[in-house]
Amino acid sequence: MSVSTQEKNEFRAEVSAWMKENKPPAPGFLLPQSFMEVGSEQQLEFLREWQHKMWSGGYLGMAWPKQYGGGGVDPVFQSIADTEMRRQGVPIAVNIIGLGWAGPLINDIGTEEEKAKYLRGILSGEDIWCQGFSEPDNGSDLGNAQIRAVRDGDDYVVNGTKIWTTMGNFAKYMILLARTNPNAERKYDGLSYFLSPMKIPGIDPRPIQKITGEYGFTETFFTDARIPADCLMGGEGQGWKIAMQTLQYERGAEAGSAGGMAFVRIIIDDMIEELHDVSRDGEPALKDPAIRDQLVNFIMEEKAISLGDRRAAVNALTTEYPFSLPLSHKLRYTEYSRRMRQFAINVQGAAGSLYVGDDDARQGGFWQRAYFNSFSATIGGGTSQVQANIVGEHILGLPK
Amino acid sequence: MSVIGNTELTFSEEQGMILDSAREFCRDKSSISAVRSQLDSRLGYDIATWDEMVALGWLGIALPEACGGSQLGISGVVPVLECMGRALLGTPFISTTLAAQLIARLGTTEQQERLLPGVIDGTPATLALLENSDWGDTQVRCSVDGEGVMHGVKKFVADADAAQWFAVSVVCEGEHAVAIVNKDQLASGALRANTLIDETKRAASVDFSGVSVAPENLITGDNVLSVLQDVKLLGALLVAAEATGAAGACLDTVVEYLKTRKQFGKLIGSYQALKHPAVEILTSVDSSRSFIYHAATLMSDEALGKDAEIACRMAKVQATETLLFAGDRAVQFHGGMGFTYECDAQLYIRRAQWSQQQFGDAQHHRKRLAALLLD
Repeated sequence: MSVSTQEKNEFRAEVSAWMKENKPPAPGFLLPQSFMEVGSEQQLEFLREWQHKMWSGGYLGMAWPKQYGGGGVDPVFQSIADTEMRRQGVPIAVNIIGLGWAGPLINDIGTEEEKAKYLRGILSGEDIWCQGFSEPDNGSDLGNAQIRAVRDGDDYVVNGTKIWTTMGNFAKYMILLARTNPNAERKYDGLSYFLSPMKIPGIDPRPIQKITGEYGFTETFFTDARIPADCLMGGEGQGWKIAMQTLQYERGAEAGSAGGMAFVRIIIDDMIEELHDVSRDGEPALKDPAIRDQLVNFIMEEKAISLGDRRAAVNALTTEYPFSLPLSHKLRYTEYSRRMRQFAINVQGAAGSLYVGDDDARQGGFWQRAYFNSFSATIGGGTSQVQANIVGEHILGLPK
Repeated sequence: MSVIGNTELTFSEEQGMILDSAREFCRDKSSISAVRSQLDSRLGYDIATWDEMVALGWLGIALPEACGGSQLGISGVVPVLECMGRALLGTPFISTTLAAQLIARLGTTEQQERLLPGVIDGTPATLALLENSDWGDTQVRCSVDGEGVMHGVKKFVADADAAQWFAVSVVCEGEHAVAIVNKDQLASGALRANTLIDETKRAASVDFSGVSVAPENLITGDNVLSVLQDVKLLGALLVAAEATGAAGACLDTVVEYLKTRKQFGKLIGSYQALKHPAVEILTSVDSSRSFIYHAATLMSDEALGKDAEIACRMAKVQATETLLFAGDRAVQFHGGMGFTYECDAQLYIRRAQWSQQQFGDAQHHRKRLAALLLD
């Protein structure tokens, strides 16, 4: 199925017009900068309504099958729609774990029943999904997950704790990685994967207050929670394999996402814009040689990542370390983003010491909040240090 | 428009063929022992290897078809230099390419027909631009007087000993000009060879005082300064391409050692204190490659535009900073061995210092990038 340039251009114009027309005005409260920061019912309902609007307009789940609420068209349209969302600076899509990870997984390997039961609610935003992978003692070491699921009649009885459950307190379903066999020879073979309900007795998601002062994650306690046995995905012992497939969606290496923005895009231009009325030594900060030198470094770093995406598409220029560019992308982008946001606080002068809530904080403390939140990306989805290990071992072939 | 600006990056079939053949050639002809065997030779390169490069048509890649070249532009030269840098292959290739570009962009048809076929056939040539250590110094003091006689000394003239002719920036009656000087016009003792930090490279001070410049060897006109500026940008890009290759090879050297050297009962590459900087070298080399091929994409035989200028300057900053870091860490990670002349890390750390100082260092280019991007 090939899509002509004309079709793409027409669609781009259409979606661009739609986003302009339908982009909601800023509410009277702070909106989350990413799907990991939804801390209040107020934020949730606002974003849920926005997601529903985008889906009703036909701009989410465009490549998913029609019978499950999707659009049934070529994925290139979703990619165009996503680009337009970023360009127009619309709010994030709230149900990212459903749209981007659980949904594509169910679409790819789920049964017909699972697809019929879950996909539409993911797209409409009615059914919020969360992810139960990390545990308090096993952040980066996923294969070591300890939460226990024991078969008892038609149920699995689950005991243990998950942490960093994004929107755990709002979610209707969780993709849950649990240990069904503690005696398996390889620790990975003892894991199973569940599409678990959240609103059942014995599951207690307790919100975690984040470094920003806001909420967004829970620590989720399971105490004799009875999960119906038909929530098991694949078979017992398939958990590791399915979790790895999920991480592929999460890291963007696999297609299949229903689209929607997971993050408010913060780029170098936003910082330069911010600098226009900042002064240093009585002169515009943008004239300060030290600031300028730093800015050029940041511009080059962001540009290098964009150019890397371009070069990754040229086979002849990727023969030395073929997967180096895609595999290092998360490491590079998130680390760059963190340092860039911190620099944006630095250059504010004394106002950089203010925070969200102070009337004099620049842009309401946008950069302060953005910097703190950037750690969710340098830590979540595999810390930068683990990412560096992965690149070192898989790309350079260095020993473990 | 975002400050990130132009992010075009394309790579033609011709560039691909050049890259493949140059990679193979450099691997065969320029092993580390071949490189080391030239370190104390007078010219710094093996004439037979140079002749083979000439036979492959490399000197004509970017020159007009009318003079016998392939007219593929500087974008076709970038892959050659990446491969040469990877193999630390010396030769006056950069110097000759740049001198020829100056003539191709600024010279009369007569000058092009007189000089460029010789370049394609392997006559080395070079640029003589600097009069002190400052790449940002815009004043030219070397002059051609009313009688056509030159006065002044040029410094850091790359490959001066090998060059058969020089393209010299001068002032003539208060105007910027370029004088073409043949080697046999120089007084004896006019060349004073430098002792360079990078022993694979050659340079000298050249005293042009007393040389008579015939009218057909003097290039004047309104665009002398802008073409000289463009050729310096091309120089920055070619050095960047070469440094990118060298940094890639340096990374290989580091990785090889980290995979074989054991300390405290473990391969040292398993220690994150070494593993993570090795990854940083990799991502920096990745950025360098992206920048040089982006810049190559924007090259043209006409005057360079703003996007091309930004691209050349960024390529130079990225590639030479990358090689500095790679060379520096290569020495450190080799431990005691790294401190020896025998260890190959010294070749890279020396090349890094040399590359940084060609056509302006990173600060020089960032200062100009700031003006291009922020004002």
